[in-house]
Amino acid sequence: MSTLQQPTRTQPAATDHARVSFSRAVTIVAKREIMVRLRSKAFVISTIIFLAAILASVVLATQAGSLFSSTTSVAATADAAATVAQLPDVEVTEVASAEEVRELVADGTVAAGVVGSPTEGFTVIGDRTAPEGIIQALSVTPQVELLDPDAPNPMLTYFIGLGFGLVFFMSAMTYGSTIAQSVVEEKQTRIVEILLAAIPARALLAGKVIGNSLLAFAQIALVALIVVGTGAATGDTVLLDGLGIPVLWFVALFTVGFVMIAALYAATASLVSRVEDLGSATSPIMMLVMIPYFLVIFFNNNPTVLAVMSYVPFSAPVAVPMRIFIGTSAWWESLLSLAVLVLAMVLAIRVAALIYERSLLRTGARVKLGDVLRSGS
Amino acid sequence: MISLRGINRSFGDHQVLHDVSFDVVPGRMTGFVGANGSGKTTTMRIVLGVLAPHSGTVEVDGEPITGGYRSRIGYMPEERGLYPKMSVIDQLVYLGELHGLTAADARRRGTDLLERLGLAERAGDHVEALSLGNQQRAQIAAALVHDPVALILDEPFSGLDPMAVETTLGVLRDVADAGAPVLFSSHQLDVVERLCDDLVIIADGRVRASGGREEIRARHSSPEWTLVTAGDTGWVRGVPGVDVIEFDGGHVRFAASSPELADRVLREAVERGSVISFGPYHRPLTEIFAEVVR
Repeated sequence: MSTLQQPTRTQPAATDHARVSFSRAVTIVAKREIMVRLRSKAFVISTIIFLAAILASVVLATQAGSLFSSTTSVAATADAAATVAQLPDVEVTEVASAEEVRELVADGTVAAGVVGSPTEGFTVIGDRTAPEGIIQALSVTPQVELLDPDAPNPMLTYFIGLGFGLVFFMSAMTYGSTIAQSVVEEKQTRIVEILLAAIPARALLAGKVIGNSLLAFAQIALVALIVVGTGAATGDTVLLDGLGIPVLWFVALFTVGFVMIAALYAATASLVSRVEDLGSATSPIMMLVMIPYFLVIFFNNNPTVLAVMSYVPFSAPVAVPMRIFIGTSAWWESLLSLAVLVLAMVLAIRVAALIYERSLLRTGARVKLGDVLRSGS
Repeated sequence: MISLRGINRSFGDHQVLHDVSFDVVPGRMTGFVGANGSGKTTTMRIVLGVLAPHSGTVEVDGEPITGGYRSRIGYMPEERGLYPKMSVIDQLVYLGELHGLTAADARRRGTDLLERLGLAERAGDHVEALSLGNQQRAQIAAALVHDPVALILDEPFSGLDPMAVETTLGVLRDVADAGAPVLFSSHQLDVVERLCDDLVIIADGRVRASGGREEIRARHSSPEWTLVTAGDTGWVRGVPGVDVIEFDGGHVRFAASSPELADRVLREAVERGSVISFGPYHRPLTEIFAEVVR
């Protein structure tokens, strides 16, 4: 207590502006997150590469049909040659005897051989494996009646599942770890103390999640644009008619799912104080993001697994559009999935805010999650 | 005036602050002195609201401190923090905006500050590209960018070269002279001694002494004088009522029971020969500190 000398001046006329409002603080933080990312060469280049890869695979997918077919070379005796020549995608070499056919097949000049005649029946000759295409072509096939002639073919379903899974997984990983890095950077450099003296921790968290989410959404919107745009440009009906709606659902669910994952990444990152510790801390979330990716690869055509996945918040953004694409879900099911996801997001944000608030100022060793949730502020 | 009243705070079972109370008076620089782990940083964080006390209050002019006031405090944490990969001026604008300035005002003030701190030409550089001393200056600019109504600085001089110490001192002085309370912690007692008007000494989470610097010094020293003469001063030992504490040829430090007695020593010295200097002895802060925290 100083009683000896009284201050000679009073405090400066405090133009007592109140604390920055919550929404303004969030905006300022989000703006910085976006600007920092956009100014980073690494970010810009990796985004361009990612989009180019998407474009390339979409274009490839539309050309897939012509890519997988090729002609098979077949050697045949004179009697068989006439019949074989009528088969599609077959190039016939006519030889004099069955022995010659066997020689050509054995030395690999042709892929298969056919001997015999339409009246006695044919013998198909292969080197090591039975030439399925030729066998099928020469067999008497029963009539086929398709109840759903427009159903997507399994190969395409696989690739589309892979596509949704990959885009979700890549975006969540990239932007999730970006958020995590940004949280730890502030903690490691201790600038977080200055920030917390000015704005609440929740505003900081919200700004980070919103800023990075906007970037992720922009990227996903570009991906959607590329897919639908390529469809329009090539007139590919599968892309346009079959994929348009699923892609829209994907974008909607991704938006919600990503915010949830981003909040979790931020919370987990706030538990550690050094970038070096980030990998081990965030690996559980990475697993949560990776598992649906692998599930959709293995079970992209399994309605039961997809149905379950569509109600699990982490896999819903991938599973729901797949179900719509295959046509195995009722209209209300997608809405229910969305509702479940929104609920999960709200819950995740609450828990994340709690963890983030309580562990931001704890530096040094990694903070234990249990300690954080138990302790008061 | 910022006042702390009976602040207690524990981390787990460990109580780091015990009933901490002191004032930070406007227009004066208050030095906050204590060993590592004595509770300085925790106290500062509580004033800023970054950490909550378990009991006790922080008041501004007798009223509980508000969020609005807190956001106008300039704060410099002990472990320096700015974004490594962001330019100096951009960080100042960012922090200024978070403290309620418009982007344009923040840029103007940031530029002015960098000018004054001699960092103007590095404004566009990333912080990680700056030397340590310049990073410190940037840090000080960050604490000042929003025209703070009070300053709380945790070890503002650690790691500064002598030139930067002087520049920083000047800037802090200006803020205090404008009427803001300034609280800074330091373990460099010589700097604190030279700079602060008031002093708070903390040890093991308890305030051991607080108040005006000279007041504390007076309280913790008995009146002593030093005398330097051209000749030998050994005769001082013979003066009744005088205690010689230090003696070295022409130099003597002694305690006397009254100023009159000291005057008598001076008079005798003048009679005996030429006096080079005579004056009260200021006990250095380091000694007082060691005594107070014991």
